[in-house]
Amino acid sequence: MATQETEIRELMKRREYGAGFVTAIESETVPPGLSEDVIRLISAKKGEPEWLLEFRLKAYRRWLKMTAPQWAHVQYPPIDFQAISYYSQPKSHKAGPKSLDEVDPKLLETYKKLGIPLREQEMLAGVAVDVVFDSVSVATTFKKKLAEAGVIFCPISEAVQEHPELVRKYLGSVVPFGDNYYAALNTAVFTDGSFVFIPRGVRCPMELSTYFRINERNTGQFERTLIIAEEGSQVSYLEGCTAPQRDENQLHAAVVELVALDDAQIKYSTVQNWYPGDEQGRGGIYNFVTKRGDCRGARSKISWTQVETGSAITWKYPSCILRGDDSVGEFYSVALTNNRQQADTGTKMIHVGKNTRSTIVSKGISAGQGQQSYRGLVRVLETAANARNYTQCDSLLIGDRCGAHTFPYTEVRNPTAQLEHEATTSKIGEDQLYYCRARGISEEEAVSMIVNGFCKEVFKELPMEFAVEAGKLLAVSLEGAVG
Amino acid sequence: MLEIKNLHARVEGKDILKGLDFSVGAGQVHAIMGPNGSGKSTLAHVLAGREGYEVTEGSVRFDGQDLLALPPEERACLGVFLGFQYPVEIPGVSNLTLLKAALNARRKRNGQPEIDPADFLAWVRDRAKLVKIDPKMLSRGVNEGFSGGEKKRNEILQMLVLEPRLMILDETDSGLDIDALKIVSDGINAMRSPQRATLLVTHYQRLLDYVQPDRVHVLARGHIVRSGGPELARELEARGYGWLEAA
Ligand SMILES: Nc1ncnc2c1ncn2[C@@H]1O[C@H](COP(=O)(O)OP(=O)(O)OP(=O)(O)O)[C@@H](O)[C@H]1O
Ligand SMILES: [Mg+2]
Repeated sequence: MATQETEIRELMKRREYGAGFVTAIESETVPPGLSEDVIRLISAKKGEPEWLLEFRLKAYRRWLKMTAPQWAHVQYPPIDFQAISYYSQPKSHKAGPKSLDEVDPKLLETYKKLGIPLREQEMLAGVAVDVVFDSVSVATTFKKKLAEAGVIFCPISEAVQEHPELVRKYLGSVVPFGDNYYAALNTAVFTDGSFVFIPRGVRCPMELSTYFRINERNTGQFERTLIIAEEGSQVSYLEGCTAPQRDENQLHAAVVELVALDDAQIKYSTVQNWYPGDEQGRGGIYNFVTKRGDCRGARSKISWTQVETGSAITWKYPSCILRGDDSVGEFYSVALTNNRQQADTGTKMIHVGKNTRSTIVSKGISAGQGQQSYRGLVRVLETAANARNYTQCDSLLIGDRCGAHTFPYTEVRNPTAQLEHEATTSKIGEDQLYYCRARGISEEEAVSMIVNGFCKEVFKELPMEFAVEAGKLLAVSLEGAVG
Repeated sequence: MLEIKNLHARVEGKDILKGLDFSVGAGQVHAIMGPNGSGKSTLAHVLAGREGYEVTEGSVRFDGQDLLALPPEERACLGVFLGFQYPVEIPGVSNLTLLKAALNARRKRNGQPEIDPADFLAWVRDRAKLVKIDPKMLSRGVNEGFSGGEKKRNEILQMLVLEPRLMILDETDSGLDIDALKIVSDGINAMRSPQRATLLVTHYQRLLDYVQPDRVHVLARGHIVRSGGPELARELEARGYGWLEAA
């Protein structure tokens, strides 16, 4: 019925973006533009060793010869890389605060507004947090407690200074400097990000978490995360992201590398809520991210869980290379696109070792004119005897102007491989909403209930505290919409 | 309790209800009968507030309030319950989730706190026993993969849990086996009280043998063509609708 479609359109109208404020803080921002000099400047500001500068320059020279990928199912005008500033730090940030007392109170205020009260977090047990504000890391809580366990959790710029041998050994070992266009760019200009090292046999005593926030206008955020889990260790890591509401687009091109040695387990969860742009598609973050986990050791396990509700454009394929025999890769994803958002996301599971197993559960929700593509690759090499993959790919459509597309690719070079693939597409029907309303449940709540039901399998993979959070985030993302 | 006056309604530009008048008093059960396509479900949806069902004339009052001015969820919170002729499946949302959300919506409206999860579970399990619904089914998706009869029993369960004041049951007896019909009838009778009113849409005398109506209305082509006592239903069973429609 025509009227019902209009209703649903109304319902999906506009979401309010709660994190869309700007912090009035004086920043020191390098003028826009990208050149070898800018890279030298970034490197010098961070007091980096020569090898790292060389690494950056090598990536930059490679990047110059590359072209932006065109294959993704997303549309946007070409990005002017000379109009972006590649480094911005709050002026009050000097050599890097050693404790929260040295952090600019305005920044603490910002994080409090975002629901990350660092001070309280530091007092109340639970989660260790690193926060990255524009280009620099401003605080890492719980450092001492972690150090007692032998865990290193610090800004990557600090790790470069204090643990250069680890950084040098692992940086770029999972995502090579010339891996793809945005990874090369990131390698050239990355400013900060988190570094995690869990020594042999240690189970990290708490959740680790990083919050990324872009504040400055015209800055890009190019963070670099490196997580190393030595033999038999375990860690659960969560990243969250926000940005102010602005009319122009901002670029976020991150690289995340995970290394799991024998019997190690890494659980990496993302709740991504970058500013998605407005109803007309003005503004919003371009989120072009390379995330890859290397199950380097036997029986190791890497699990990606992501809840993606933000960004104007998302281009992201957290992947696992299952190199070690009996290693396990998992990918659980909820991606929501509303209004004019576009997302092309999925995963790659590369089976190299014997008896490697992978699971992919992807839940895509499209509302408004959101366009969403799932792109998944399962590759089984000759060496990967008895590899198994299970892929489940479900799409939920809200209204009739959005789209969901599925591109599953498989390449199997070992006949003992077993692959299973299931896919469904469903729609929130007007009759379902009416049924709920006839029971007293508002339309808004009914949508959120149905969406949460749809995402259950993924939410249960998130650390408890964040599962609740993620549910709320989805509700908010669809909610502002109603009435 | 429910007063319907000169009710005209249109769906997709087509006039379906063409001037209905009747009232259901507190404590009463009225049966609505009539041939297929006569407008019985349309009446039920107009009372529940379905969008696209346009009231072109007339009024409906519930406890003196203008029911037509309210959105469906507010009508439900006031105590209007529609048992659907075709219950809707909501995969992924469990029956328990739906019931809890529905109960809490009412409580919120009345300024009460959310129901205690343990109390909730105990209450739903207790009600489920009345309609012989296996507690395991409560954790399944709403009506997901339920048989026709199970869906109807599930409607009755929802009614028993939510304890509405006006129950509109649209062919809840259709497609039930003999035992299930008895269970559903017992459920309806359990809800009968001097404070509640019931509107039973049905094609069959069998249900009315279990749930004695106070009045029976026959709907044909959008009009009430005859109203009477319980004996009218028996007469219809014997003679069909032809003699009334011709009239
Ligand atoms: N959405 C709609 N679009 C067009 N016509 C409709 C719509 N809904 C109902 N109608 C028409 O309205 C008339 C009454 O339908 P309604 O469902 O109220 O009948 P009913 O009395 O409940 O029939 P039954 O005994 O078969 O359940 C029918 O002719 C039907 O085709
Ligand atoms: Mg009907």
